[in-house]
Parts: sequence; structure tokens; C-alpha cells
Amino acid sequence: MIVVVCVKQIPDPADPGALDPDTKTLKRDVKLILDESDSYGVEMGLQLVDAAGEGEVRLVSMVPNSEVSGLRTALAMGAESAVLVSDEALAGSDALSTAKVLAAAIRRCEPDLVLTGTESSDGYTGTVPAQVAELMDLPSVTFAKEIAVADGVATVKRQTEDGYDEIECSLPAVVSVTAGVVEPRYPSFKGIMAAKNKPVDEVDLAALGIDPGTVGWAGAGQEITDIAEAPAREAGEVIVDEGDAHERILAFLDDLKIL
Amino acid sequence: MLEFTDEQDAFRGVVREFAEAEIAPHAEAWDRDHTFPTETVLAMGELGLFGLMFGAEWGGADAGLTTQCIAIEEVGRVDQSMGITLEAGVSLGARPIAEYGTDDQRERWLPDLVAGRRLAAFGLTEPGGGSDAGATSTRAVRDGDEWVIDGAKTFITNSGTDITSLVTVTARTDEGISAIVVPAGAPGLTVEPAYRKMGWHASDTHGLVMEDCRVPAENLLGEPGRGFAQFLSTLDDGRVAIAALSVGLIAACLDECVRYANERTAFGRPIGSYQAVAFKCADMATSLETARLATYHAAGLRDAGRPFRREAAIAKLHASEAAVAATREATQIFGGYGFIDETPVSRFYRDAKILEIGEGTSEIQRLVISRDLGLGEPR
Ligand SMILES: Cc1cc2nc3c(=O)[nH]c(=O)nc-3n(C[C@H](O)[C@H](O)[C@H](O)COP(=O)(O)OP(=O)(O)OC[C@H]3O[C@@H](n4cnc5c(N)ncnc54)[C@H](O)[C@@H]3O)c2cc1C
Ligand SMILES: Cc1cc2nc3c(=O)[nH]c(=O)nc-3n(C[C@H](O)[C@H](O)[C@H](O)COP(=O)(O)OP(=O)(O)OC[C@H]3O[C@@H](n4cnc5c(N)ncnc54)[C@H](O)[C@@H]3O)c2cc1C
Repeated sequence: MIVVVCVKQIPDPADPGALDPDTKTLKRDVKLILDESDSYGVEMGLQLVDAAGEGEVRLVSMVPNSEVSGLRTALAMGAESAVLVSDEALAGSDALSTAKVLAAAIRRCEPDLVLTGTESSDGYTGTVPAQVAELMDLPSVTFAKEIAVADGVATVKRQTEDGYDEIECSLPAVVSVTAGVVEPRYPSFKGIMAAKNKPVDEVDLAALGIDPGTVGWAGAGQEITDIAEAPAREAGEVIVDEGDAHERILAFLDDLKIL
Repeated sequence: MLEFTDEQDAFRGVVREFAEAEIAPHAEAWDRDHTFPTETVLAMGELGLFGLMFGAEWGGADAGLTTQCIAIEEVGRVDQSMGITLEAGVSLGARPIAEYGTDDQRERWLPDLVAGRRLAAFGLTEPGGGSDAGATSTRAVRDGDEWVIDGAKTFITNSGTDITSLVTVTARTDEGISAIVVPAGAPGLTVEPAYRKMGWHASDTHGLVMEDCRVPAENLLGEPGRGFAQFLSTLDDGRVAIAALSVGLIAACLDECVRYANERTAFGRPIGSYQAVAFKCADMATSLETARLATYHAAGLRDAGRPFRREAAIAKLHASEAAVAATREATQIFGGYGFIDETPVSRFYRDAKILEIGEGTSEIQRLVISRDLGLGEPR
């Protein structure tokens, strides 16, 4: 079973850098790391391959530069190989362009199953997985908390607000994996050493047969018109218990429609 | 200039992440309750921390002492008890088996030790003395196809955990001092209740009593009569590893102190603005650097296959003494809070002193160094 996992490499959230005021996008000239949101997909893929007793996890990633350090992390966890789409013309790509590029790269890997995160930690539009599925004409299942594969069929527990739906779909399919549903393994030193020699196939747009005019700044159908500071966090409400604190807390949560 | 490979740097990052997520949040409670966290030790095993110095045929990473020291430093930075559990499991437990075991012995014990599924211990110290290892009074005599062992060992790390598979003990035989593997649960072996200790509360330490303790003849490890000499030669690795554990402790003190010196105010200013406090931090940064250089210099020599006995003793001596000084000053910088159990530096202070004692006291390190200089008392 070939499981392709889409992994985004992003600026380290602990040291996120800055927004470029001209393009209103995140500066990506810093070292990029594996998006933690995607480590769950990698772990899920590795577990599925283990359960199947055969096959491997292949990675697909798109970056404007040739960054591989995030890929090396996922390879050290146990993925076997990676396709890295890297092309200067990709800078400024919106989510749909990203999906086009990823779909073309995923096809090269001949997947039985495609896993993604539900949303990235930096762009977090949460739209790429469904777009990839649509472009590849594959079933799309979102917010998976559990996946089982047997006889060409995936059975997915899909997280909902009240519990979960159980969904069956034919393979190949594109499934987005909810953050936190599995515990991503720590790469061992052996894994790190092995990752050094695992193949990373770097391809550009020409190799994928994609016209540079349809992606990047040139092809973006989405424009960021304005950016603003996040509002400062407001002071919380302190509830002093005068015997009725529980009721006031309930009322407060009710107002927020959390209950 | 001290330089690591990209892979070693990446690995340090992973171990730090692991230590901060899986160990640090529990260190205080384990210390308070004297808990040996078996599950966490097994998780360290899964991460491969116990297998770094062993060959691929045993499931190891063949990554050398430098990489092992990186792991010990990073674990020791958040929890010295887990650091010594790892250090002793490797240097005292698995290494002698890997170094001196027959193929049969290695096949039997090493894979589990390398994978960190089981722990091994080394019992050298006796109630009558540890520094003078030649004075071992435990005896072993052959009786048919068994060894019969009588004697006692004190302060043996990792000897009584749920996952302890064996203790290698030194014992006097007809040929001199030999090393014999005593499997956990061997008839005649009593593991005494855990000691109440000043520090290393989450590390497992017991006295062992062997009365008519019987183990198979094939459990002799290495050559008969060479137990002492064999032990001395694996000791050098252990000294460098203890130095790495000390480096982790100094690094932790420095982090805590710089943060606190900026936060805490007295007489209207952060205490770090007073030279008396700032200079303590400067001294800590200085000893961190010298201890780290000495440690990885010795480890690097060993990994390059060059002699490193003197350097190992120097690293252990300097790093452990610097760690004791750093924890003492860190406690001082934290003032009254430094004396309260919940403050990490108070645990660090209690954990530090043993570094100057275990695996060869500071005096013994000075003995080794001065002998190497051609000085000291005649032997
Ligand atoms: C505010 C903002 C700033 C932006 N700044 C830049 C910029 O400076 N430079 C730039 O190139 N783009 C930038 N983008 C575009 C954005 O990064 C892309 O649209 C992105 O690749 C896809 O959108 P997303 O991150 O919202 O994906 P989501 O739909 O949230 O991601 C879901 C999943 O899709 C997969 N996935 C998404 N992107 C990739 C990828 N690149 N490689 C592999 N898998 C992926 C992952 O599995 C991910 O978990 C910006 C977008 C926004 C909204
Ligand atoms: C928590 C803990 C864990 C331990 N784990 C292990 C273990 O796993 N396995 C094991 O075998 N042992 C272990 N030990 C024992 C430890 O290695 C010994 O305590 C140490 O080697 C010192 O031996 P001793 O206690 O018998 O002191 P002694 O040898 O009695 O020394 C007492 C003092 O005399 C000094 N001294 C001795 N000889 C000389 C000399 N020639 N010149 C100058 N000064 C000298 C010493 O430096 C020391 O200050 C552990 C101890 C502790 C506390």
C-alpha cells in the first residue's frame, strides 16, 4: 500500500519571522520546518503501512525554495521517499494553485491513499485537501480521527461536533487527518541517519507540466487585500464565588454558546 | 571549535523535545514521590537512547560516545534521575556485556538492553568500600556447573526495577576478581529496599545480598580473574558520560538563573542588574563552556579510537565539580525559593553532589590524572 502524505514546511512558529508589507504574506526566507499539523498525517500513514504489513509512506511537499529540513524530519520518522516541488514561480501561490501543484506531484507517486492535515499552521485556509481531491477526481473525506483500510476500501471515523461519523469510501481517496488523533513518534538517531540517504526527488513546474503563468503570484485568484494586528486579548472576567459561582459560570458559558 | 554533525544536531533537538514533553512535566512529582517511571524509561528505549553505542547487529545505532553524551546531557538537563538511569543502563549495564560477553551471552541479553526493554546493572561497590575495587570481598566458587556467590553489594543503580534483567557483579574467585552475571530473581539473590537518598530520588538504587546465590557456570563474563581490569577499561566511557550528565545540570542552572535574574526584582531593580548576581551567571556560563568542551573532547578522542583515559578523568572531575558549584550558586540566586522543593534548582542542588562521588570520586579522578603525570604514591 502506497500512502502519500502531503507535508507543508513552514517557518518555525516559535520564531515565526514577519509578514512582508508589500505582498502581505509571510516571509519564507527563514529555515522552514515540518508543520506539526502534518506530523499526524505522517504518523497515521506509518501506522496504516505497519498494519497492512507492506507498502510505504511517500511525502509530497511544495515550497518556493529548495527547503528539505521538514521533509528530513518526516523521513526520519519512517517515510521512505519524498517529492519536493520547488520553483521560484511558486512564490505567492494561493490555495488553489497549491492544490494543483500537489495534485500533479501526488499522481507521480501512484497512491492508494492520500493523507493531509486538516489545515496548515500558517495559512490555515483548510481548503487544500478538498481541492486536491476534486482536481484528482477522488473521494474526499475530512477530519479523520481513525482510518482502517481493507480490500480497497477505507473506513474512516470522521470527527464531528457531537461525536463521529463512520464513512466508507473506495480507494484511492484523499483523507485529511485531525491534529492530535495519533501521537507522532519521535525520530530516533537511526531514523535520522537513514533519512540522510532517502531519496528526495526535487521537481520544478516544467517537470510537472504546469504552466508557471497559472500558479504563484501570476495565477493567484485570491488576493490578500489587507492585514491587521490581531486584537489584543481583553481582560478576562473574574467570578468571585458568593455561593452562586457555578450558576454564573454556566450562564457565562451559555452566552458564549459553548454549552 | 566544538562541532557536531547535522544529524547529531537534529538528534539533540529531538531528545530535547522528548525530554521537555515526556520528562520535565513529571520530574518534580517523581522526585517528591521517589517514583521510578518505568513507562518513561521504556519510551526512552523506544527512542533508541539505550542503543546509541551498540552495533546494528544488536539493534543499536553505532553512533558513538559523542552521540550518547548528547542524549545524556539533554535528558539530564531536565531530570538528573532519568539521566543517570540512562547513563548507568548503558555504561554500567549493557557495555560490559557487549565488550566482554561471548556470542551466546550477547545474543541472550543485549537485544533487550539495547532496545531499552530491560535494564542491566553493575555491582562493584561493597559495604566495605567502592574506591578500592581491588578489595572486593564477595566470593564465588564453582560447584559443578554453577557458581555459588556469597557477599553483598551497596548502592547499585537500576538493580531493582520491574525491568531489570541482570546485575553483573565482581567477585573473588580462585583466579582473582571475576565478573559474573546474576540474572534478576536468581536463587539466593536478595534485592534490599530502595535507599532513602539526598538526591536522584527517581533513580533506582538498592543494596544486594547474595547468600548461596547460584547462577549457571556460563554466566562468567570475560576472563576469570580479569573482572577488575575489564571493569577499569569500561570505566573511562562512564566517566565521560557522567561529565555529560553534569553538563546538562549546569546548562539547566544557567537557563533557570538568567530567566529568574531578569524577572525577580529587589530594591526596585531586577536582581540580574546587580553584579553580584550577574557575575554568578557569568561564572556559570564559563563553567558550562569549559565542562562541555572537556566532555566532548574526551568523547571525540574515544570515538576516533585514540587514548582518552586522562581526558575522561579530567572531564569527569571538572564537570562534576562545576555542576556542584553551579547548583549551589543557582540556589543562592533563587534566595528562599531556592530552598523550597517545588523550585527546580533545589532539586538540582540535591542531585549534584553525587556527581563528585559515583563512578570514581573526585579524589580517584585526581589519582588517575596524577598517575598519568607520573606522580602520586607508589602502587
Ligand atoms: C495569510 C497568508 C499568507 C500566505 N503567505 C504565503 C507566502 O508568503 N508564500 C507562499 O508561498 N504562500 C503563502 N500563502 C499561501 C499558502 O501558504 C498556500 O495557499 C498554502 O500552501 C495552502 O493553503 P493553506 O496553508 O491554507 O493550506 P490548508 O488547506 O490549510 O492545508 C491543509 C493541508 O494541505 C496540505 N498542504 C497545504 N499546503 C501544502 C504545501 N505547500 N505542501 C504540501 N502540503 C500542503 C497539508 O497537508 C496541510 O495540512 C499564504 C496564505 C495566506 C492565507
Ligand atoms: C546513588 C548512588 C548510585 C551508585 N551506583 C553504583 C552502581 O551502580 N554500581 C556500583 O558499583 N557502585 C555504585 N555506587 C557507589 C559509588 O560508585 C561509590 O560510592 C564510590 O565509588 C565511592 O566508594 P565508597 O562509597 O565506598 O567510598 P570510599 O571508597 O570508602 O571513599 C570514602 C572517601 O575516601 C576517599 N578516598 C578513597 N580512597 C582514596 C585515596 N586513595 N586517596 C584519596 N582519597 C581516597 C574517597 O574519595 C571518598 O571521599 C553508587 C553510589 C550512589 C550514592
